Amino acid sequence: MSLTRETFDFVADLVRRRSAIQLEPGKEYLVESRLLPLAREGGHSGVDAYVTSVRTGRREPDLVAVVEALTTNETSWFRDSTPFSALRTHMLPALRAERPVLDRLRVWSAACSTGQEPYSIAMTLAEILGPSTRTEIVATDLSDQVLNQAKEGRYSQLEVNRGLPAPMLVRHFRRSGADWQIAEELRRTITFQRHNLLDAPPLGPFDLVFLRNVLIYFDLATKRAILGRVHRVLRPGGFLVLGAAETTIGVDGDWERVPVARGSVYRPVHGGTAALPTPRTTATAPTFGVSRPAPTFPPATVNQGVSR
Amino acid sequence: MRALVIDDSRTMRRIVAHTLEELGFSTVQAGDGQEALDVLESGDQVDLACIDWNMPVMDGLTFVTQVRSRQEWRSITLMMVTTESEHGQIVRALAAGAHEYLIKPFTPDAIRDKLDLLGLLPLEEPV
Repeated sequence: MSLTRETFDFVADLVRRRSAIQLEPGKEYLVESRLLPLAREGGHSGVDAYVTSVRTGRREPDLVAVVEALTTNETSWFRDSTPFSALRTHMLPALRAERPVLDRLRVWSAACSTGQEPYSIAMTLAEILGPSTRTEIVATDLSDQVLNQAKEGRYSQLEVNRGLPAPMLVRHFRRSGADWQIAEELRRTITFQRHNLLDAPPLGPFDLVFLRNVLIYFDLATKRAILGRVHRVLRPGGFLVLGAAETTIGVDGDWERVPVARGSVYRPVHGGTAALPTPRTTATAPTFGVSRPAPTFPPATVNQGVSR
Repeated sequence: MRALVIDDSRTMRRIVAHTLEELGFSTVQAGDGQEALDVLESGDQVDLACIDWNMPVMDGLTFVTQVRSRQEWRSITLMMVTTESEHGQIVRALAAGAHEYLIKPFTPDAIRDKLDLLGLLPLEEPV
């Protein structure tokens, strides 16, 4: 690895201060691979030279570019398909079973990157729910750059090849030159907004929160704080979906693991903060769809994620 | 799991077969649709066929139609792997009985993602 200690420390410190994402020693490869395109683009001999120029120049756009390069994930449609099949076979049936009329469904897709996750959710909802359910997806990310692409809903051939089922492609996309364009009716169901997970969450309540493959970047205290904020905006009967390698267990006791999708789905537990939940072992959908009393919510924290 | 890779380009067959082998498949190759039918007729038990569209002798769409007309081959998963990228062509292939459609050029990850969708990947994620 050719990165100097100074380069790594500067980048890690900048990214931590701007996004709270921790780049531990050992993540040098990540810094190098993500910043190399920017270094080349700027005509620098390598990542060290590029970072040195960013550090001495202190220009805001350069600093933002570095943070964005390190916090943006490559993402595919229906990434790790199990949460989407669980959405279809367990979560939506459970939500339907709990309410006499499911006339409105709100979803938060956090750290949505270039939009593949919220569009995948929208496609699944369109397939399962009829027109009598009004769906609203709030999709947030830290990076303006990725949000702009997400809003536009235009994807290259290589991007649509990544995990998008062909029947979904022909139903929801149209060719637009060399690219593919998402259908307007699907785009209309999604509101994109810039949001930092360290700030107050978007205005709830939500029935579903997708927070996948992002907690892994944070330290324990930050994970706990983020999960606490998600808990406040999630309806008592709602679901939280984490990444396959993530868990609330040992982090925050206010969650109960639902035995679907390889353990990446959780429901909020109310009033029992001390005990850590024991994972359930039986999976008979939708047994967790017990009816609950009408939910009450804390006063909404109005911060639409504009933190600049 | 066994996969039949059908493409008139030997290089392309090798790329697709190599990617599938990395994912734990054994593979058999054919240079056109007719050769591929011969492989199936010989009794080779195949779980997945990756099929190019434009080939001499018998094209991929005809192959798909032929396979779909035979009861004993019903369990074979059919995925087009082709440069044909028009909306209408994808619709045609799906209507003929293809399960998935991958447009060239693609990355090995794209094949993996499609197999995940088709339920053809070995379970390897942590519980």
